[in-house]
Amino acid sequence: MKHRHPTASPLAKVLRPAALFAAMSVAVSAAALTAGPAAAQSAKEPGKFSGAPVRVGEINSYTGLPAFTIPYRQGWQLALEEINAAGGVIGCCELQVVSRDDAGKPDDAVRVAQELVTNEAVDVLAGTYFSHIGLAVADFAARNKVPFVAAEPLTDAITWSKGNRYTFRLRPSTYMQAAMLVEEAAKLPAKRWATVAPNYEYGQSAVSWFKQLLKEKRPDVEFVAEQWPVQGKLEAGPTVQALAAAKPDAIFNVTFGADLAKFVREGEGRGLFRNRKVVSLLTGEPEYLEPMKDEAPEGWIVTGYPWEQIDTPAHKAFVAAYSARFKETPKAGSIVGYITMKAVAAAITKAKSANAEPIVDALAGLTIDSPVGPVTFRASDHQATMGAYVGITTVKDGRGTMKDWRYADGANYLPPDDAARKMRPAE
Amino acid sequence: MSFLLVQALSGLATAATLFLVSSGLTIVFGVTRIVNFAHGSFYMVGAYAGWSLIERFGGTPAGFWGSVAAAALAMGVLGAAMEIGLLRRLYRSPELFQLLGTFGVVLVVQDLTAWAWGPEDLLGRRAPGLKGSIDILDQPFPLYDLVLIGLGPLVLGLLWLLFNRTRWGTLVRAATQDREMTSALGVDPARLFTGVLFLGCALAGLGGALQVPRESVTLQMDMAIVVEAFVVVVVGGMGSLTGAFLASLLIGQLQAFGILVFPQITLVLVFLFMAVVLVLRPHGLLGRPDEAPPTAPATVTVPLLAGRHAGTWALALLPVLAAAPLVAGDYALILLTEVVILALFAASLHLLIGLGGLVSFGHAAWFGLGAYGSALLVRHLDAPMPLALAGAPVLAGLGALVAGWFCVRRSGLYFAMLTLAFAQIVWSIVFQWYAVTGGDNGILGVWPPGWAAGKATYYWLTLALCGGALWLLYRAAFAPFGYALRAGRDSGLRAESVGIDVRRFQWMAFVLAGAAAGLAGGLYAFAKGSVFPTLLAVPQSVDALVMVLMGGIQTITGPLAGAVVFHLLESEVMSLTDWWRLVLGLIIVALVLVFPKGIVGFLSGIRSRT
Repeated sequence: MKHRHPTASPLAKVLRPAALFAAMSVAVSAAALTAGPAAAQSAKEPGKFSGAPVRVGEINSYTGLPAFTIPYRQGWQLALEEINAAGGVIGCCELQVVSRDDAGKPDDAVRVAQELVTNEAVDVLAGTYFSHIGLAVADFAARNKVPFVAAEPLTDAITWSKGNRYTFRLRPSTYMQAAMLVEEAAKLPAKRWATVAPNYEYGQSAVSWFKQLLKEKRPDVEFVAEQWPVQGKLEAGPTVQALAAAKPDAIFNVTFGADLAKFVREGEGRGLFRNRKVVSLLTGEPEYLEPMKDEAPEGWIVTGYPWEQIDTPAHKAFVAAYSARFKETPKAGSIVGYITMKAVAAAITKAKSANAEPIVDALAGLTIDSPVGPVTFRASDHQATMGAYVGITTVKDGRGTMKDWRYADGANYLPPDDAARKMRPAE
Repeated sequence: MSFLLVQALSGLATAATLFLVSSGLTIVFGVTRIVNFAHGSFYMVGAYAGWSLIERFGGTPAGFWGSVAAAALAMGVLGAAMEIGLLRRLYRSPELFQLLGTFGVVLVVQDLTAWAWGPEDLLGRRAPGLKGSIDILDQPFPLYDLVLIGLGPLVLGLLWLLFNRTRWGTLVRAATQDREMTSALGVDPARLFTGVLFLGCALAGLGGALQVPRESVTLQMDMAIVVEAFVVVVVGGMGSLTGAFLASLLIGQLQAFGILVFPQITLVLVFLFMAVVLVLRPHGLLGRPDEAPPTAPATVTVPLLAGRHAGTWALALLPVLAAAPLVAGDYALILLTEVVILALFAASLHLLIGLGGLVSFGHAAWFGLGAYGSALLVRHLDAPMPLALAGAPVLAGLGALVAGWFCVRRSGLYFAMLTLAFAQIVWSIVFQWYAVTGGDNGILGVWPPGWAAGKATYYWLTLALCGGALWLLYRAAFAPFGYALRAGRDSGLRAESVGIDVRRFQWMAFVLAGAAAGLAGGLYAFAKGSVFPTLLAVPQSVDALVMVLMGGIQTITGPLAGAVVFHLLESEVMSLTDWWRLVLGLIIVALVLVFPKGIVGFLSGIRSRT
């Protein structure tokens, strides 16, 4: 039988896709091998530094959650400029940062971490926002023996049940923030409590700590209702109505961001907050409070960051420098990013080395002076004692802010060293 | 009692928004057969545009409602522009190829919106005159929600008039029932389609703009709504406006009352509901069988290009790939390992799409189940890596065995959405079952043992296992099994009449594809050292689909090339710029326009012309 097929031969037909695949594979290797570093952040002043630069690999969810991570990035950029202007680290070397987006996915974060370590030869990893991404990078750091300063993830696991030698965390954890609020909640006369929290680990552990710690202080309270909306998809009307139906005396809220705005609007509209106290995690942070403008809730007991009212000289200097540099006011993420980079630099200088083990040893027990006060990375569980501001929300000049606040030093809300050490896996 | 009434009203307000968005989607799909993945983007941009206009002009009722209407019209214009600039060029491509184009649009719109409006959430002003609430049986209820509740039926009524009382509407209905016949009768389909896209996207924009007084406008709105809108469309019956309305009402009420009984249910409720409806009713609540899309990608005329020597060439390529560790660094090896794993993942999906004509929207379920199968064996039983890797395809295959039995009983988009429903159910179980799966914090410490810990060793192991699995898939494609599958795809009736049990073959293909994806997942778990529910989530399924479509579905090498190109593009562009979604989206749109048959399809096309 005669074939009248336009193509040359079956062989040629197969050849092309296969050859294409081969060519692409070669191209992959070539691209990956030759891919130069994307411009590292550095002050290009030849001759200023006598030693080789020390490199930090920085990973965060810049496209996934820009509202929270961009202020964070500006924070560390400011710190980096200050560090290098003051002579870099170890008194000789420029600090360089290579920053990457993790697209909000833990597996991408692990690949990026690998790229930073092998291609960019970074000496320290830092960053991350989401808890699961923080945990994935922490596990990578332990496996590859790279120091990792987790900036923003809140999960207790990162320093306790999944803690490891190479991972340190700056921000006060879910447990610490819950403990700070319980102190205030226990003073309220309220006996019937309802909770609303996003349905994932952060929300769940916040609620379970809050319940446990509050019951220890106030055995007479009872929890009468709980709502677990999907993060980012709160059905505000039905949720508010369901909470109101339980007739609680007070509400513990863990929702944040767009969910919080919806919850507040719908709650005000339906009278949920009339004659009820609300205790709310993180709501005092400008990231969450400012977008609500004059509709920010009044009288909620919150943890947050009243940046415009903190008048210590160190903090005023930070706000002035930040506002001058970026033409906007700082957020909670800004101060976290700023202190993260300062802590990394301090650890390298204390270690007098860019090698992993000395830096890890230096981080354990490292104390730095930060705009919010002294912060110590505890040697026992690698949790920093950075605190949070606990106060009451209010609306002033058409924008949400905090009043009657105090700085709750993280050191007072952590379990003792022995207890903390016991929660960590054996090394 | 009064509480239940108000709860029902709250559900109705939710339903109204859902209906506005999904009615646009169902109209677009009914006429053009385009799976418009960018529909949620129009909703999001509509909300942003509405916010800007309302901030400026929304002080008075006239200004407010004028702003909402203007935002909706603007989205309509953008939708028409997308039809003229992109979709029109793709109508001759295989079905679903437009999906790839609209996915590119999603990425571009995400970055452009962030650039134009900034990253922060925007809380707009409330509707003037409707700020307060009224007491309904002593329960306060927001006035604005009452207006929304009225708006749903009003829009339904207007659409009904448009489709039943105007010439244009009659033409649209005609095109919905038989596109070819309508154009044969002299109706210019291009103009009709432009109009339909205008209407559909305007409805999405309207839905978005109406949200401004209720919630803050964010960059996550697009993804949050688009999947739910698809659920409504499919549950209601594709192309059925009344069905979409009914489905919105039911979902709204289920949400409102579901949280009273079991607050955690919100995670999976709509997908459970969709699974139940689709299992019981093959065409949704009000869909008609004759309006269902064809099962097979209709334009596949030359099935699968791969001849007798493909095996030989694959064997020739293998040493080249195996020699990579001699020249490549650690990171390049890791990228290569990922590419090889993803190639198997894409090829397993291609078995369903290319051979079976079964488009799955939930293929990540089997990839993720494989990854979790391995991780669970390591975590709970301390299993050694070979055993854990063997467990991956087994668990994924078992999952696919159960889900497949239900899924293959449906066709076209109904099949696709049922796979999505199962994927979401599996995802929610993994997400919520903290004691076993670790919930969203995942399982850590799934690293290969000492002998396989080297990057090169693990790469070789991956290459061997994936190569073997790919060879099996290739054999299956050209074995009687593969031919039977293709017969079922091209003509189910004729295949049945010659004695092929089409469903049974499709079921077997589903299990085989699931097991192969599971193996890929298991290898991925050990490559990353940790597993998280994101591995089973919608974006992972979309990635697989994009890889297959990018490479082209008519060739067996297509998905492999697609995996290589997509993964390298994504990882390289991501490390080069913060605007990687914009760049990646533009590249995808360009690829779609230049290679309307996929990359490999294009190369083969050149060859057959010369």
